[in-house]
Amino acid sequence: MQVRRLAAWAAVPLVATLGLAACGSGGDGGSGDSNPNATVSIQIGEPQHLIPTNTTETAGNQVLAGLFTPLVTYDAQNKPVEDQAESITSTDNTLWTIKLKDGYTFHNGEKVTSDSYINAWNYGAYAPNGQGAAYFFEKIAGYDDLQSTDPDGDGPQKAPTPKANTLTGLKKVDDLTFTVTLSAPYTDFKSMLGYNAFYPLPNAAFSSPGVIKDGFEDAIIGDGPFKMKGTWQHDAKIEVEKYDAFAGEKPKVAGVEFRIYQQLTAAYADVISDNLDVLPTIPTENLTSVTTDLGDRFQQSPMSSFQFVAFPTFDPNFAKPEVRKAISMAIDRDEIIKSVFKDSQQSARSFVSPVVSGYRDNTCGAACEFNPTKAKADYTAAGGPAKIEISYNGDGGHKDWVDATCNQLKTNLGVDCVGAAEPKFADLLDKVEKKTPVGMFRLGWVMDYPSMEDYLGPLYSTNGSSNYYGYSNPQFDALVKEGSAAATPEEAIKKYQAAEDILANDMPVIPLRFGQNNFGYSNKVKNVEMDLFQVVNLTKIEAVS
Amino acid sequence: MFRYIVRRLLQMVLAFFGTTLIVYALMFAGQGDPIQALAGERPVTPAQRAYLTETFHLDKKGVGGFFYRYFDYIGNLLHGDLGQSLTQRPIGKMIETAWPVTLKLALIAIAVAILFGVTAGVIAGIRRGGFFDNSTLLLTLLVLGIPSIVLAPLAQYFLGVKLSIFPPTAGAQPSFYALLLPGIVLGSLSLATALRLTRTSVAENMRSDYVRTAKSKGLARRRIVGVHVLRNSLIPVVTFLGVELGNLMSGAIITEGVFNIPGIGFNLFRGIRTEDGPLVVGIVSILVVVYLICNLVVDVLYAVLDPRIRYV
Repeated sequence: MQVRRLAAWAAVPLVATLGLAACGSGGDGGSGDSNPNATVSIQIGEPQHLIPTNTTETAGNQVLAGLFTPLVTYDAQNKPVEDQAESITSTDNTLWTIKLKDGYTFHNGEKVTSDSYINAWNYGAYAPNGQGAAYFFEKIAGYDDLQSTDPDGDGPQKAPTPKANTLTGLKKVDDLTFTVTLSAPYTDFKSMLGYNAFYPLPNAAFSSPGVIKDGFEDAIIGDGPFKMKGTWQHDAKIEVEKYDAFAGEKPKVAGVEFRIYQQLTAAYADVISDNLDVLPTIPTENLTSVTTDLGDRFQQSPMSSFQFVAFPTFDPNFAKPEVRKAISMAIDRDEIIKSVFKDSQQSARSFVSPVVSGYRDNTCGAACEFNPTKAKADYTAAGGPAKIEISYNGDGGHKDWVDATCNQLKTNLGVDCVGAAEPKFADLLDKVEKKTPVGMFRLGWVMDYPSMEDYLGPLYSTNGSSNYYGYSNPQFDALVKEGSAAATPEEAIKKYQAAEDILANDMPVIPLRFGQNNFGYSNKVKNVEMDLFQVVNLTKIEAVS
Repeated sequence: MFRYIVRRLLQMVLAFFGTTLIVYALMFAGQGDPIQALAGERPVTPAQRAYLTETFHLDKKGVGGFFYRYFDYIGNLLHGDLGQSLTQRPIGKMIETAWPVTLKLALIAIAVAILFGVTAGVIAGIRRGGFFDNSTLLLTLLVLGIPSIVLAPLAQYFLGVKLSIFPPTAGAQPSFYALLLPGIVLGSLSLATALRLTRTSVAENMRSDYVRTAKSKGLARRRIVGVHVLRNSLIPVVTFLGVELGNLMSGAIITEGVFNIPGIGFNLFRGIRTEDGPLVVGIVSILVVVYLICNLVVDVLYAVLDPRIRYV
């Protein structure tokens, strides 16, 4: 007991000195030499899966970003540029020819060929494999034949085996060339190829054609700058090391340890005491102290998330666009971002995120300007409901801002407003799909690849995968369709923008906030960058010796 | 004694099936849409839904479906197969990796409780009403009043981050030293209860007839306290600590989260959050066994501590 207490008191000045020394010499700004033999550690959550076509969350994406090289990456303007691909060309936006760069190998020495891509994509698209990212292949010809529907919904009968197990749209030309035929022309296909569902898989992944070997996921073999070191230690860590035969841009560290945390606050304690190098998301409760704790090692950068409140357009209370616009006008977005989110997000006044090309500021117009007097007048004139409910999932930390929004509506519109929590997002969706009256409800969106279409299609088109609010405007659908089929990306953007203008008129949702990366790092790393998908750039990061 | 243990073991089998049935029924009744819960806020494609529904027999609904799934589960369990979690990881493996670290943590906690709790309890009991007694009473009141959700982050912040005496988090394969702080935090609650139990028990026994007899015989105080009083006072403490060991394993959810220890408590929490029925039931089944064994050990220990207790 005595000894420990002594140690504690001795530790205080020691820590203080070390801390000061660290502030003086380390930190940001590139001081301290880069050490190519060191490894860095990055916080992730436990990934659900590491098979590229089954990985749909950030933790898995982060690991795969080290293990694989995509066909395209994105430049500073978020336009696609070839990476593993030599060229991706099309004359009609339907038949795409993909040529691969020579010299890329998988970590087991196998060459990366067109078959590596074709096999992986066929596996991903085949419905009985139950891959989470299967829908990424739905634009490729033959996708429908790989699907099967349960004849009696959720019932006892088994879904029949699909008609085919390979996509007719994929054709091998030679070892380094293959063609992709789409079922309809799509201009942004090249942009789409940067998503991790389109990574290749080596022959070693399959035990027989179309069947992935047991245990492959735990010791996955990719074609990227890093290879697995050992196996995936579930709930603990995933370690990767530099792959020496990598043909692309080589990383500046010897390896990366993806350390799995269950709670961000634990990772935060580690990063401020230099036990962890990169924390991609600062927990909200630490945002107030992060600038004192990390100084300029706390940084922000754009990302693609978009938070909004949707109107059940089928509910007569919210059928009039005037009512919807008045509610939007009564919300002071900036105030909520300052008080609730401590400036970790940005106000949204458009229907697509600023990170995609074609984004225009403030497309929502007057309806998104905070104007309580006009809001109240318009609301009364349009006969809006006297009671408003905002539903949200209680497990996502949404209570604070929903309550704040409700308070603003109460004050500015003179209505009664309550926030209604559903236990889980699934419960909320369930109610919305059954058209149970839940009032307005919160939703969020993170893009899959940088394109306006990735916002407009799923969120607002009639059969959009995330259009839970029943918004439907044939004119809008037609414009998005024309945009997808346009000859050049520039023409496509024009069509998309015209479509977005319709949204400003109809106001099916209230845009509220665009997300940002709020990340921090230790004294032991520099050049930490994060992309739009909340993924740390593993080729740029350096360890400080 | 032997017959008693066999009888208890047979009772344990019944208790095991009873509890798993109840837990399974509760999970089944409270289940919303586990497939959507798994996907988070992403849309689930119909093909993927169909596939997962079939894999986990989620298509069997109602009472018939419940018994189908329960007996399917029990059947596999008898083969030693705990099944797959909804993320398609074998539950047996998950528990196998999570178990050792939780066990270590629980043992440290219980050791802390015994070492400091029982010792301080004995001292306080002997010097009842003295300064030590009053100050420990006050201190335990304070500790019992602070929930671990406050205590754990505070300890982490001051001892881990600010003073750097301990590493702020422990991780999956922690050293003994890294587990010490979470162990102390976890043990502090049991420590307080153990201390108070011991104190009361010792204080009471100090006034008993046999102590007076021993004193009048001229036995050394050390021997009176160490052998006679302690042995008789430990029965309630052992009961408490035995059950507490089971509690510590399942109840370390908060401590494991704060110190990033992927143990049983964390897995249980994750299972409940993601409506992962198979995982929850798997862990609970194991915990039930732990509780049952702990109780048996406690009952057997009674006989060791007090020879008057005999089982037939």
